[in-house]
Amino acid sequence: MRKSISLGVATALTLSVSAFAVAADTIKIAFIDPLSGPFAGTGVNGLHQYEFAAETLVNATGGVLDGDMFEIVAFDNKISPKESLIQLQVAIDQGIRFIAQGNSSGVANALTEAIDKHNRRNPDDRVLFLNYSAVDPALTNDKCNFWHFRFDANADIKMDALTDVMAADDSIKKVYIIGQDYSFGKAVSAAAVRFLGEKRPDIEIVGNELHPIGKVKDFTPYTRKIMAAEADAIITGNWGADMVGLGRSVLENGYTGPLYTYYAAADGITAAFGDAGVGSLKLVAEGQINPPANDRAAAYYEAFKAKYPDGNISQARITNVIEMLAKAINEAGTATDVVPIAYALEGMEHESIWGTSLKMREADHQIIQDVHIHAHTNDGVTFDYDNSGFGLLVDSTVTMAAADSPTSCKMRRP
Amino acid sequence: MDLILVNLIDGLVTGLLLFMLSAGLTLIFSMMGVLNFAHASFYMLGAYFAFQISLYLGFWMGLLIAPLIVGVLGAGVERYGLRRVHQYGHVPELIFTFGLALLIEEVVQFIWGKSQMAYSTPEVLQFTAFSIAGNAIPAYKIFMIFISIAIFIGLLWVLTRTRVGMIIQAALTYPKTVEALGHNVPLIFMGVFGVGTALAGVAGVIAGPVLGTFPGMAFVLGSIVFVTIVIGGLGSLWGALVASLLIGWITTFSKAYNLRMEDLLIALGFEKPDVIWDSPWRDLWSLTSPQIADILPYILMVLILIFRPHGLLGKRDA
Repeated sequence: MRKSISLGVATALTLSVSAFAVAADTIKIAFIDPLSGPFAGTGVNGLHQYEFAAETLVNATGGVLDGDMFEIVAFDNKISPKESLIQLQVAIDQGIRFIAQGNSSGVANALTEAIDKHNRRNPDDRVLFLNYSAVDPALTNDKCNFWHFRFDANADIKMDALTDVMAADDSIKKVYIIGQDYSFGKAVSAAAVRFLGEKRPDIEIVGNELHPIGKVKDFTPYTRKIMAAEADAIITGNWGADMVGLGRSVLENGYTGPLYTYYAAADGITAAFGDAGVGSLKLVAEGQINPPANDRAAAYYEAFKAKYPDGNISQARITNVIEMLAKAINEAGTATDVVPIAYALEGMEHESIWGTSLKMREADHQIIQDVHIHAHTNDGVTFDYDNSGFGLLVDSTVTMAAADSPTSCKMRRP
Repeated sequence: MDLILVNLIDGLVTGLLLFMLSAGLTLIFSMMGVLNFAHASFYMLGAYFAFQISLYLGFWMGLLIAPLIVGVLGAGVERYGLRRVHQYGHVPELIFTFGLALLIEEVVQFIWGKSQMAYSTPEVLQFTAFSIAGNAIPAYKIFMIFISIAIFIGLLWVLTRTRVGMIIQAALTYPKTVEALGHNVPLIFMGVFGVGTALAGVAGVIAGPVLGTFPGMAFVLGSIVFVTIVIGGLGSLWGALVASLLIGWITTFSKAYNLRMEDLLIALGFEKPDVIWDSPWRDLWSLTSPQIADILPYILMVLILIFRPHGLLGKRDA
């Protein structure tokens, strides 16, 4: 309830502010993500992280250029690509130059195409696309363009890092891959098969299946198959209720091996697993939360929790988006012409709060950073998720993961 | 062989859970002649109430209190909502329950938010009851089986062996006559509605920890409950039981074994096209049983409606 009230207040505030603030001293960033519907929890939490990052990292330290302040303007896209395009137009009409979006690669694909088209037709008010979460590899390969920058590790990079760790574990002989039946689930499965085949041809893939997304009531029959296949490890790209359902089912029915996931944390999932997930549940992601990489990261997280006691920093990369954008604007010396800003972002190297180096690759605008395999645990966790006492602890790290991975991107620069 | 036994148990658990939902729904249907679209929403309310109570008083008090609250809520809905709408006919009643389902989902999201709740099985039952060939059967599942069977026997006993049950049965078929004999039929209806929703509440309480407590849980189970009572025969308790178990076992077995359509077609004497990706029948050939597991009950329902319109054990047309 508190969430929805604060959301209402936040939207009302941003609306009223955006209606009056025509002065040039605010730099607006449009946040286009689901703020209502089934994925609103994730969207609202992301919005809070953006607002907090802009406030703390930029505005509180004097802003950019000559004291220009960042302002996050929220747009609800209801996780629909169609709605996102409408919101994008509204944002552009309001004179906003920076578009941040992350939830759903389907939306990101629609946005990147629309922004590319818009920028070609309207050279006077071009915009930049700051993709902080959509991990479909195509966005920085076949569908790449000069205006799109991805701050998360894409699905292939994550799988590359994950299989590095799995390849080093000799006890893994049989792997079961299970996922949701749609583009992302298929991408995860294909990447897993490819990388495991390259790195550990001796590993047998004993199962590779997709289940209907969001429709499975009880995962027990799938669990029985996994057990019958005597899998040593499970890989899944599941998220939301499907993640909890699958995870709890395998753990309750006697599976003790590692369960490698992409999204089994925060937004209630960490609390739902609780004690059952300890020892098995692993998660591949960027952004080291535990142990805190340095005092600055710890102080930042504490300040965030003080402001949003029910929130989680579940997308650490958001601070990288804000910091790198501020740096690029300062380097370019302008906040209105996005071409020099994009050139400044290209190839930019930066030290993240979370203790990793960052490099925005020129060739495809895919950021390269440390990718961690986290363990779900309550031991040694400084900052828990969902106030549950459980959180993610870095298990192993792949430094600058997939820095030399190939890309099929043919960037056309203005 | 071992796996068959394990799947039999898993299917039994799924089936019995479904039974607890469909038992209430089928009673309510035979009484009011109207499908209660909000039935699965009461199941969700049961889970959420029990979760909230379990935070303060533990799981067992949740199991005791939550169904009572849900039952009282259900009775209230009948008394102050459905009874008023009833006079306008069946369509307004349907729309009323449909709206109620949407309303309950929104209210749940408003109060508890959209995330999954950390509702888990009680510590006492967090052990493995026994394992069959490495497949653990959690004690909680055994507990679910016993609770459901106890409820079935209890219901059957009340409906067939007690005076109250006889009046209910009479009121279901000849309400006017029963009323003329001096019984308060509206009160009986309210009671049956309350008990039916309370049963859904019990199902929610015990299913919440294993199937997850989240705002979509009613939606996931909603349609399959209707299928169950249509297959079993509207208004028949035994029918609901048979249909629930049938559906439980069909879906469990078809998910647990990768039966391929390819094998079936070849066994039937068809020849697999050489270039399968160009064939118009490509999707049919590549079908596997887990993919269609969740629509099998619907296929069964269609067949039942064609060949036996009053269901397996029902007495009147669907």
